[in-house]
Amino acid sequence: MDFKFSEEQRLLADTVQRFLRAHYSFEKRRAILDSREGWSREIWRALAGLGVTGVNIPEAHGGLGGGPVETMLVMNALGEALLLEPYLAAAVITPALLTRIGDEKASAELLPDIAAGERIVALAHQEPHTRGELDHLTTSARKSGDHYVLDGYKSVIIHGDCADELLVTARTSGQMNDKSGVSVFRVDPRAAGVRITAYATLDGQRGADIELKGVKIAADRLVGAEGEAYPALESAHDLALSAICAEAVGIMKAVNAATLDYTKNRKQFGQPIASFQVLQHRMADMFLHSEQAVSMSYLAAIRCVEPDPLVRRRALSAAKVVIGQAGRFIGQQAIQLHGGMGMTDELMVSHYFKRLTAIDLTFGDTDFHTQQFTAASGAG
Amino acid sequence: MDLNFTPEEQAFREEVRAFLRERLPADISEKVRNGRAIQAEDYVRWQKILYEQGWGAPSWPKKFGGAEWNPVQLHIFDEESAAAGAPRTIPFGLKMVAPVIMAFGSPEQQQRFLPRILSGEDWWCQGYSEPGAGSDLASLNTRAERRSDQSGEHYIVNGQKTWNTLGQYADWIFCLVRTDPDAPKRQQGISFLLIDMKSPGVTVRPIITMDGAHEVNEVWFENVRVPVENRIGEENKGWTYAKFLLGHERTNIASVGASKRELGRLKAIARREIKNGRPLIEDPLFAARIAQVEIDLMALEITNLRALFAELEKRAPGPEASVLKIKSTEIQQALSELMMYAVGHYALPFYRASREEGDLASVVGPEYAAPLAAAYCNLRKTSIYGGSNEIQRNIISQMILGL
Repeated sequence: MDFKFSEEQRLLADTVQRFLRAHYSFEKRRAILDSREGWSREIWRALAGLGVTGVNIPEAHGGLGGGPVETMLVMNALGEALLLEPYLAAAVITPALLTRIGDEKASAELLPDIAAGERIVALAHQEPHTRGELDHLTTSARKSGDHYVLDGYKSVIIHGDCADELLVTARTSGQMNDKSGVSVFRVDPRAAGVRITAYATLDGQRGADIELKGVKIAADRLVGAEGEAYPALESAHDLALSAICAEAVGIMKAVNAATLDYTKNRKQFGQPIASFQVLQHRMADMFLHSEQAVSMSYLAAIRCVEPDPLVRRRALSAAKVVIGQAGRFIGQQAIQLHGGMGMTDELMVSHYFKRLTAIDLTFGDTDFHTQQFTAASGAG
Repeated sequence: MDLNFTPEEQAFREEVRAFLRERLPADISEKVRNGRAIQAEDYVRWQKILYEQGWGAPSWPKKFGGAEWNPVQLHIFDEESAAAGAPRTIPFGLKMVAPVIMAFGSPEQQQRFLPRILSGEDWWCQGYSEPGAGSDLASLNTRAERRSDQSGEHYIVNGQKTWNTLGQYADWIFCLVRTDPDAPKRQQGISFLLIDMKSPGVTVRPIITMDGAHEVNEVWFENVRVPVENRIGEENKGWTYAKFLLGHERTNIASVGASKRELGRLKAIARREIKNGRPLIEDPLFAARIAQVEIDLMALEITNLRALFAELEKRAPGPEASVLKIKSTEIQQALSELMMYAVGHYALPFYRASREEGDLASVVGPEYAAPLAAAYCNLRKTSIYGGSNEIQRNIISQMILGL
């Protein structure tokens, strides 16, 4: 048992945090938020320059060859900064999917560019009725000579509009919830039959609905073996779950610190409102929630690569539940304790609140993961 | 970062398991695993077995006859003991007064008291709380006046202690008493006395709690004569020793092992109970309630391991203990509540949890239902004792948040 981080891990965490504190101020973030794209290539390249976009990419492909713990530490820092850039989509999920699916050609073509910050590649998997069910897949890929024809609808793909290239999941065989018959295709977002509806999401990030209508994809754009992508998809998803938990932890610590600071300075009835016991106990509870969340993000980082699927499922779903509940409590109470100021767009706290809310709604919410946990626990 | 135990720690776990398999009396573990009343002699019998094994005092230094295990070994021992259904340690001697005697007692006091605590010969109880001094301990009023006569220096103690746990079996009580009522601060002028429960003038009166149990008492002192050599450390410095003791009260505060065992019992009950023709454990609403407490317990387990690791790294357990106390008591209460609700209307026939009258037995309904309502009532205490959960929140806001 060991809860220490290695020297390299501490250095990585420190590098990302220091860079963002210096170059990603509230004002800077706001300017990016108001820009047409809603994210900054310049920041992205700077992160690539620090090696951060390559944390999940093997050294052979120009990355740092890190694992879930390194990802966790980076996500903690991105949470604190509320990074708008497509880190989770492009630097966590995509590299995990490509390396786990075992397609050397696609990996060699894409991963070095991703590590270098030159290319954004996003997974388009979620559909209108997914609600956390990873094996829910209705988009079809019909083989026809030397190409496939894709038809389907991908819904609320985070950073789907920022991508230079999409990795689209589609069913080459089987029924809606079958784990076999799931394939992944490289799709050019500008290809004929692809229609992208882009928008900002609740938390200021970018999202897109992607309609695929008779999209012709050359057979060599299939990634990995036909119909066998599900285990890699699940594995990438599990890393993403762990990563998003860590992001939430970074936010919770920051929002607790901001709330503490605010209540120490805000005076009412002639004294700082932090001197009132009812607020002290509320903040003690916020601290308690964040400590439990830290514990579960550690567990998620350790267990997201656990070979036993039930042990992995239990740990990840439990983590998502604890983080969802903690995020809701901390977010809501932070707004409450900031009073009217908490309602405004001009303090970071409302932005933290919105991202925490979005995290609970991403990859299955608390109720969904409570049920997943029960299912993975069997009747025992 | 790594959650695995070392091969040495694994081997230690096996050794503990083997010992428990061989030496834990089946009748005792049967009671513990089914939530039935544990008798005083059960506790003593188990302590004597541990003593024979050399494990009578897992946390004590070897020079006082302890096992001197490190925090991880202590955790493993607690976890395995709880899983096997060993009775909890009665903490007042082993975990509370003994560390005070080791740290502040004279060599004579150490030789006189420690071996008898270790072997289970002496049963100790605690004399801290008073009717007007609960969470606000420093407002205590029990008075000790120093006198001298031909038989030597002594104190005359007068006053009343309350919420004294299991003092009806005790040979000794450790007490906070006021030796200087004129001290400028309330924390000053307090001394720490060890008092023989057989002394003339000591009266123990039962307090029957709502579960029907006789677990706590009032202890009255009327002109009780206590030799000066029974005082720990210096006169009027008792508050220092009291705080030291409260720091030790927090060991194994997370009770993860016991809560895991209780979770198992909850699931076993929910598998046997029937709702709408199906096992209750398959009811989505009830299953979600079980999942919630199980998930909270998983998080507490990791939080507890983090605290243990900090202790191993020689960072003393700090105010994080308050986090563990709040979460562990919430979980214990939630588990007892769910077990009671699991049996539905069979929680209504009430069996008073009397230790004197022996074990509980159902007259109607499933046998496992009998102790559940009483246990639910009894465990309301956990968020009140050991520094109420509100006091723990004060500690978090002062010591961690800096308010």
